[in-house]
Amino acid sequence: MKFLTTNFLKCSVSACDISNDNFPLQYDGSKCKLVQNEDIEFRPEFLLNILDRIEWSAILQVAADLGNTSLPPNKPKLNINVDELTEEEQIILRDLHTLLLQTSIVEGEMKCKNCGHVYYIKNSIPNLLLPPHLA
Amino acid sequence: MTKYLLYMVQMHLTFRRAELESLADLYNIKINLDSYDEQSPFLILDLENDKQAQNLVKRSILCKAIYEYWGEGENYDKLHENIQNGDGYEGRKLNCKSNTFKFEFESFGGNHKKTMKDKINTINQFAYLELDGEIDLKNAQDTYTLIETYDLINSHETSKMASHIYFGRLIQRSDRSAMDVFDLKKRPYKGTTSFESELSLVSCNIAQVKPGTIMYDPFAGTGSFLVAGGYYGALVMGSDIDGRMIRGKGASYDITENFKYYKMEQQFLDVMTMDFTHNSLRSNLIIDTILCDPPYGIRESIKVLGARDPTKFEGKEDIEINGEKAFLRKDYIPTKKPYSLDSLLDDILQFASERLPINGRLAFWMPTANDENVETIIPLHENLELKYDCVQEFNKWSRRLLVYINRGDEFNGPENHGTKRSTTNFRDRYFTNFN
Repeated sequence: MKFLTTNFLKCSVSACDISNDNFPLQYDGSKCKLVQNEDIEFRPEFLLNILDRIEWSAILQVAADLGNTSLPPNKPKLNINVDELTEEEQIILRDLHTLLLQTSIVEGEMKCKNCGHVYYIKNSIPNLLLPPHLA
Repeated sequence: MTKYLLYMVQMHLTFRRAELESLADLYNIKINLDSYDEQSPFLILDLENDKQAQNLVKRSILCKAIYEYWGEGENYDKLHENIQNGDGYEGRKLNCKSNTFKFEFESFGGNHKKTMKDKINTINQFAYLELDGEIDLKNAQDTYTLIETYDLINSHETSKMASHIYFGRLIQRSDRSAMDVFDLKKRPYKGTTSFESELSLVSCNIAQVKPGTIMYDPFAGTGSFLVAGGYYGALVMGSDIDGRMIRGKGASYDITENFKYYKMEQQFLDVMTMDFTHNSLRSNLIIDTILCDPPYGIRESIKVLGARDPTKFEGKEDIEINGEKAFLRKDYIPTKKPYSLDSLLDDILQFASERLPINGRLAFWMPTANDENVETIIPLHENLELKYDCVQEFNKWSRRLLVYINRGDEFNGPENHGTKRSTTNFRDRYFTNFN
């Protein structure tokens, strides 16, 4: 499961929707195995497009769960036009690319901070199914 | 404005028009379809320039090609006369005068093999075009195309002579060859629910899947639509309640393997084992396109999370294995219960109305029996405009691609959620051969 996907996933339990603690899920850093896939090519246009939809505070939380506390505290504000990106902005985008799209959690577990339900990631695929008493 | 000749396939007719309109809309091209004829593979269009013609056709699956229109006639004499009397003929001639060129022959409705000598004789009749450029069969700058149409004279024979001939200069071939690239026969990972390449690509075109956007298939199965969406440049994600489908059979037979095979790894975001009706995608996430083939109980049953008989599961949440809650263990397999098709379709529409951007598209497939005397009731949502209802007919049943556009809260369109739309169970009808 790519790091970017952690920014999309909340707890499946609908009762948790009224809580602010159902997103992002809390990742257990000691049990998450990370892999980098450098074959995934850098496409600044796509990242610029997706940046709007990213919840930065959730990126920071999940990165910290997984042991990375070096991210900027605020979402980078970038020039929308790819051709006008400064060198510094290019570097930021490349770092984002490495984090969001090249980094995957191949094995691991995560928990809803509201209800405490635990979800697993096996072979890169997160399993978000629920037992009957939570469904 | 310049006249162009559009040459389309003569099949999947309701899809053909929807694809044409959707691609025109995607590239902001105004087309007038007043003379569009379902019975004909040809359409003459006024477009601003070659660029528009290229955009209109370059990703089309149900068009064959588009040509700069030079003329037509019911026989070669009339064709030559029509070409030379055409508006703007001199300008077209001058424009192409010194370019390298070649001629191509196409036929529709019959296939009367021409010998090389016949072809050269026909080409020589075009001496009046005064083409000065070299002939180049490999990389010609201009490809002049003759399309001959033949008529059926009885149920198994076509006319010997062409009944109509079109002539034009090739501007853009369509992307019909993508059908072969994505042919299921060659795909590493597939299953019984995999969707054929032609109509999965067409579905993406009608749903206007665009580069750099997010596409989601909530019933991903073996990922046929994800592959098609990735081909059009979207970042694709899928989910399925059945983890076996998306996991595949070991490392070399799964959805990611298909993306590697097509060299589109960077288009693939993730697949998740998830019940669509207990969705884990955060509700404020904007999803540009939703495309799916929901389960209808033929190959896959309609199931959601939960217990069919909840009393049987009372207290089971307290069961522990080795001091650990059973339902929190990695190997726990949750129970599923049957769900109604009507409710599932209502859920899809509601989900789409919440997640699609304004003007974003939802497209999904729905099967119906052909012989039912009752009208097929298409699910409707007050925020979604039903844009297309494309039908693919089989012998006793058909399936439709329903395409909706999110128009937002102010749209106030007709709705029918919560009502019982399907009077008979499609699955039961299917397995009793519609008797």
